[in-house]
Amino acid sequence: MADENITPDVELEAAAALLGVTAARRELDELVIEVARDVARDVFLQLRDKFAFQQVMDICGVDYPQRQPRFDVVYNLLSVTGNRRIRVIVRTDESVPVQSVSSIWPCATWWEREVWDLFGVSFEGLADHRRILSDYNFEGHALRKDFPLTGFVEVHYDDERKEVVYDKVRLTQEFRNFDFLSPWEGMTTLPGDEKARGGSQ
Amino acid sequence: MSEIMAPSAKAVEIDNHTINFGPQHPSAHGVLRLILEMDGEVIERADPHIGLLHRGTEKLIEYKSYLQALPYFDRLDYVSPMGCEHAFALATEKLLGVTVPERAQWIRVMFAELTRVLNHLLSVSHFALDCGALTPGLWGYEEREKLLEFYEAASGARFHANYFRPGGVAKDLPEGLTDRIAAWAEEFPNFVDEIERLLNANRIWKQRVVDIGVISAEDALSWGFSGPTLRGSGVAWDLRRAQPYDKYAEVQFDVPVGKNGDCYDRYLVRMAEMRESVKIVKQCLAKMKPGPVKVQDRKFAPPTRAEMKHSMEALIHHFKLYTEGYHVPAGATYTAVEAPKGEFGVYLVSDGTNRPYRCKIRATGFAHLQATEKLCKGHMLADMVAILGSLDIVFGEIDR
Repeated sequence: MADENITPDVELEAAAALLGVTAARRELDELVIEVARDVARDVFLQLRDKFAFQQVMDICGVDYPQRQPRFDVVYNLLSVTGNRRIRVIVRTDESVPVQSVSSIWPCATWWEREVWDLFGVSFEGLADHRRILSDYNFEGHALRKDFPLTGFVEVHYDDERKEVVYDKVRLTQEFRNFDFLSPWEGMTTLPGDEKARGGSQ
Repeated sequence: MSEIMAPSAKAVEIDNHTINFGPQHPSAHGVLRLILEMDGEVIERADPHIGLLHRGTEKLIEYKSYLQALPYFDRLDYVSPMGCEHAFALATEKLLGVTVPERAQWIRVMFAELTRVLNHLLSVSHFALDCGALTPGLWGYEEREKLLEFYEAASGARFHANYFRPGGVAKDLPEGLTDRIAAWAEEFPNFVDEIERLLNANRIWKQRVVDIGVISAEDALSWGFSGPTLRGSGVAWDLRRAQPYDKYAEVQFDVPVGKNGDCYDRYLVRMAEMRESVKIVKQCLAKMKPGPVKVQDRKFAPPTRAEMKHSMEALIHHFKLYTEGYHVPAGATYTAVEAPKGEFGVYLVSDGTNRPYRCKIRATGFAHLQATEKLCKGHMLADMVAILGSLDIVFGEIDR
């Protein structure tokens, strides 16, 4: 912990110098690099073999619907011998698959399956491309921002048909989503102001 | 007679068959569905199907304020609720940039260790139960109940504590609780002795667990193992030691490691960890001083009831905190704690509003369960149960 002020910058520079790294920064004292999608696998191989990141602790997706490409795939790596972490971000959209790292770290298989299941990001070279958390025959990708919280279908047991059936979801109370952006702090245009400004929006 | 029993007439066709194990099997630890391909009694392939307890926690959290999101963490690993809360509280604090008062940090470390004992008690006793030893289960539950009483005294709830909050803990410890915990810490090691007397040299137990589910250190690392399962393979890696959070840098404890990476070593590591946890609890009790238990910034922590009776400002803060909540500066963090089962991490992305933009939960058991096939291959069906027990999986966190 004592030499924290010296080592990090070296680390950051070394990581930034890797081929295919488009951005490197330190965010809240955590090392973050962004990697181009088509060379991601090579970067991960180097991170494991040259930088001793033996473990991929987590792979997850983040959805930014307004952005192109839409998804972040976030890898959190851990080096047990070097006692350090790095976060690798690969940007992608739903049409182009990301290179799978399951051949580098076998445990990546399930994490990648989860990203596929919940975000619809596919992985090239992933042997097992089944859904993992959602129901069998589930449709859609639940953690996308445009997927409603309440979902589309609900399941219940039909006493007449003597089987479990899926129905369109029925809400007894409308889903309430409050807008908490305070007009005193966050909002710059107050509701009603647009009239005073000539109805531009 | 012997002519009829000629070998040619006894041509038995042996083919692989598939077994569906669970999801309602007592030793499936909840709702694990395992498709096993068997060659006679030997496991050829194991394919765990998870997600039967999937509740969409991560999605729900995106629609809740940071304070409302916290109780979901109790419901992840319901065997060690506060261990999960700890990760989320630390992640939120990191984004907020607040430092928690000393006393709150000590309380958290103490309860994190009590949680570790709580978890290992259940883990070890269920592990023994899976292998047919009933007594540790009965004894373990009695001892667990004492710890749950501490939970109840501190937070008001036996399981869903909602106690570690971003900015400290929900409320200070009630009077007399520290004495009760101190008395417990004195006598608890005797209980560990008793369990060890029952199991450590027990012939039946050792036949079931020694050399079963062996995993080497390299394999354990590449399969994403952490916590007791990784230490059982001989890797001395403990986040409390390597990347200390709260007050872990100020307490003395040993990190027990195994040698062979089999089920027996994983059991031994857990037993040793319980003793270390008691040591840490004692140090916390000795070093804890009176003081505030949450940050004194009213933008993050609610005012006291008494204050609200005479201060308009306090009333406004209270109202704002429990309706809108605080806005967390934009940013992202991956914060991990050494939960009883291993590394429990939260990848929290904030967009500057009062709700998390994305909250990914790195469940410990997810990685462990994935290695089932690696561990079970070539073992008997009954060994699979022992292996699952030694991995200490809880579906609340795996399925999220």
